[in-house]
Amino acid sequence: MHELSIAISIVEMAEEEAKRQRGRVAAVHLRVGMLSGVVKEALLSSYEMASADTPLAGSRLQIEEVPIVVYCGACRAQRETKSAQWFCCPECGTPTPEVIRGKELEVVALEIQ
Amino acid sequence: MPEPRLVEVRKNILKANDVIARELRERFRNAGVFVVSLVSSPGSGKTAFLEKILSLLHLQCRVAALVGDLATENDAVRLARSQAPVKQIVTGTLCHLEAVMVRNALEEWDLNGLDLLFIENVGNLVCPSSYDLGENLRLVLMSVTEGEDKPLKYPTIFNSADVAILTKTDLAQAVEFNEDTALANIQAVRPGMRVFKVSAKNGQGVAEFVDYLRSRQIALRPAAPV
Repeated sequence: MHELSIAISIVEMAEEEAKRQRGRVAAVHLRVGMLSGVVKEALLSSYEMASADTPLAGSRLQIEEVPIVVYCGACRAQRETKSAQWFCCPECGTPTPEVIRGKELEVVALEIQ
Repeated sequence: MPEPRLVEVRKNILKANDVIARELRERFRNAGVFVVSLVSSPGSGKTAFLEKILSLLHLQCRVAALVGDLATENDAVRLARSQAPVKQIVTGTLCHLEAVMVRNALEEWDLNGLDLLFIENVGNLVCPSSYDLGENLRLVLMSVTEGEDKPLKYPTIFNSADVAILTKTDLAQAVEFNEDTALANIQAVRPGMRVFKVSAKNGQGVAEFVDYLRSRQIALRPAAPV
């Protein structure tokens, strides 16, 4: 349960940016990879706690979940895996440890009023 | 109220940790020290395993360990029996180590006097996966008593690790551990992952792992000036 410390970082980051933009944050857009080690539901409730009593209180956290994409050497192509339990090409079945996407944990945009 | 406008930001949330981890990695490289971190669930035998390999490595090269624990210093006391320098990082309620805690713990240490440094994380298979500690090699441990499906339940941590260590193999028969299934599960979440089977109790597999570690450490060492 490290979502709370991550939520606090998000709030601090957004507050700083809002000050620079001279506005109030209405929403924070986040990209969270399926391999980031962060649980969406836990992050949402942590965000509520972390933003309370800050200028971000009441703002929304909008999470876009990023699927796991691996590189298949046999197909020479990027493929989206069907689960985090099976790192192989969904087309040809070749196992692959090469993760291209899915570890993201980033703020991509802010809605500022 | 005006319509909200969208401002693009693109900021990595763990950037602060990643920046410190990068600094640490640079420091480790300059000092010629090979850094190995250990992650596992609580009770899978990290400390017993580390105690065993420290006592062997201590005779071959200069080793030290940092050990993260929520509340007690018991692990540090156990590891100190190996005669290697050991320092405890008490994390309080924090469920994982962060790069800044490693940096603070190393403040008074001369890294130039070390060949190998171990960092034992807090027993937890979830949170440590997100935090880079600047290590060269991350070991994930699972004991035979935990069941064969640990990798499938915690794919993220297995995916963030480099090498898997199967511990307590002396108990495998008693708990009817199915090794083939466990190995297949590890390969499913991390294809090509190297696995060592060890028992800290009877020493099985420990020497083989120590040899592997030494070869990795020596390969990394900067060439001696001619």
